[in-house]
Amino acid sequence: MLVNFFFELRRSGVPATVTEFLTLLEALRERVAWASAQEFYYLARLCLVKDERHFDRFDRVFAETFEGAEKLFEQLAAQIPAEWLRALGERTLSEEEKRKIEALGGWEKLLETLRERLREQKERHQGGNKWIGTGGTSPFGANGFNPEGIRIGQQGSRNRRAVKVWDQREYRNFDDSVELGTRNMKMALRKLRKFAREGAPDLLDLDGTIDATARNAGLLDLKLVAERRNAVKVLLFLDVGGSMDDHVRICDELFSAARSEFKHLVHFYFHNFLYENVWQDNRLRSAAMTPTTQVLRTYTNDYRVIFVGDATMSPYEIVQPGGSVDHWNKEAGAVWMQRLCARFPRFVWLNPEPVDRWEYTSSVRIIRELIGERMFPVTLAGLDSAISELRRPLTRAAPVSVGATYPPAGEPPEAPRF
Amino acid sequence: MNARFTGTDSYIATEDLMMAVNAAITLARPLLIKGEPGTGKTQLAQEIAGSLGCPLYEWHIKSTSKAQQGLYEYDAVSRLRDSQLGDARVHDIRNYILKGRLWEAFESEVRPVLLIDEIDKADIEFPNDLLRELDRMEFYVYETRELIKARHRPIILITSNNEKELPDAFLRRCFFHYIRFPDAATMRSIVDVHFPGLKKELLSEALTVFFEVRDTPGLKKKPSTSELLDWIKLLLAEDIDPAVLRGADAKKTIPILHGALLKNEQDVHLFEQLVFLNRRSR
Repeated sequence: MLVNFFFELRRSGVPATVTEFLTLLEALRERVAWASAQEFYYLARLCLVKDERHFDRFDRVFAETFEGAEKLFEQLAAQIPAEWLRALGERTLSEEEKRKIEALGGWEKLLETLRERLREQKERHQGGNKWIGTGGTSPFGANGFNPEGIRIGQQGSRNRRAVKVWDQREYRNFDDSVELGTRNMKMALRKLRKFAREGAPDLLDLDGTIDATARNAGLLDLKLVAERRNAVKVLLFLDVGGSMDDHVRICDELFSAARSEFKHLVHFYFHNFLYENVWQDNRLRSAAMTPTTQVLRTYTNDYRVIFVGDATMSPYEIVQPGGSVDHWNKEAGAVWMQRLCARFPRFVWLNPEPVDRWEYTSSVRIIRELIGERMFPVTLAGLDSAISELRRPLTRAAPVSVGATYPPAGEPPEAPRF
Repeated sequence: MNARFTGTDSYIATEDLMMAVNAAITLARPLLIKGEPGTGKTQLAQEIAGSLGCPLYEWHIKSTSKAQQGLYEYDAVSRLRDSQLGDARVHDIRNYILKGRLWEAFESEVRPVLLIDEIDKADIEFPNDLLRELDRMEFYVYETRELIKARHRPIILITSNNEKELPDAFLRRCFFHYIRFPDAATMRSIVDVHFPGLKKELLSEALTVFFEVRDTPGLKKKPSTSELLDWIKLLLAEDIDPAVLRGADAKKTIPILHGALLKNEQDVHLFEQLVFLNRRSR
């Protein structure tokens, strides 16, 4: 029983190890918890979970293993009221997708059927691990192959064909706890370090001491200097949601590596492209927006800026006012991008899409024109070249060469200019 | 080994926290405590030591702390200086070995409590450097070639504010407990313990206002338990009438003496904005 529980935990992504499992058994033998489900729950959590971010997953597995799945299912039904689904769908679906839904009998109908199905379904669908059911071909459920499906609770888009995910994952904050594989990234980022002596003098300055002692006729005269610290400052802009779902893992790793590597690291999120607002916490996205102008004012130009995004979108989202998918933007994204680049002369764009796909996406081409060939892939080699770009000293004769102003001269006058 | 920790007169421990402490005592593993600032992480060690009657050794970590400092330090500079002045002490290297907190705890006659406070402040390699010491409770002093072993495995409490990720190898050796922010009922008993004579209405009004302030979205620094206690102390000192607090619905006015609850000007500003919006929408 417990072995199953252990493997179920690992499968659901709680990184418990054998040692920790043995500790739990040892604690049980010592009767730390005895004959109480509540105590056993506390003890198991204490031994197996080492990060509060995993508590939720642990709770879910615990409930499933020890109480059966019925409760979980009720919880789900309560969790997705139809109003909310509709609102979310209208906000995040593109026009094209909406037309596709129309073709299938309309969003309303799809939802109506889903609601019915939710009511009818009394027990968990076989072959899955959670939610409505998985691995099937019904339009409802996860990991399935019905192109018109509504996806519920799948970890990532599998066929990129389902209508929309309303998983929490879509806009969740990047998990910076990914440790596996970040070592290499840390090593790459480490090259960006720039040391400066800061803080209290508490290191022995050997050369200074020898010099001063010699001058002092051999009587010891200690000289101290401050420790060298990493003084580099980094602003990180991360694209979330939509087409970035494919790259969540690599962005997690990058974020995690950067966070432990730099002391002055500030991160912001954006969706698809940069406009007048960015935000720092995805859960508070609508409540706590930071105006981009504030970012421009707050941070000095010795901050290095790293944009992370797949740069895959409709070209209108970059060059047209009002082109944003989520809101009406008065000024085109390109204008905001140029402002940022002018303010922070040392910047790079990291693109998790493989390089060979870049030339087939027109938005990638536009952005590369806009920022002047400073887009790099998220591979170790790409990171290396990005870092050496960021390390370039600020001594260029031309104040800022940010590539071509978009659009080039000769375009119609209503196009945005900067 | 049968001492059990059940909270004290001045410290309210939830059931899961008691379980965590008792498991750490029984199995003699370090207990890693995380939680919002001000939820009583550091105080826990003092309370455990107090209630079990053990000596407490506190090791406060700073960003410059090295793991070696907890074991011992060899003061080569003093020795060099002494040798120049012809001091006789210089012939015995033992005179220049300064014991760290861990060594002191290992030497304790009875089982001690060792608090390693805010381990996340230190360098990223710090926890890794302590793996063997925490596992086997022993270390080697190279200068004098002796092996220092703990007489009694200390009860080790480690606190972290989550500023850095701790390495997996380190986490595997610890029990982990996250002190959740207390719910209203627990909060009431905590306040009760600290201010036994508090008038009932004042307490419930104060708690309502407090939780409303905490629920405001977008606050940079949410007020914590210790801030609530400070605030109540102020309210008592000023002898505020509960009715004033009741009128001070957090949605419409800024709570009085808010300086104890809101600790930066952006938050106060945000609050004023929300209050303004609420008034207008009335």
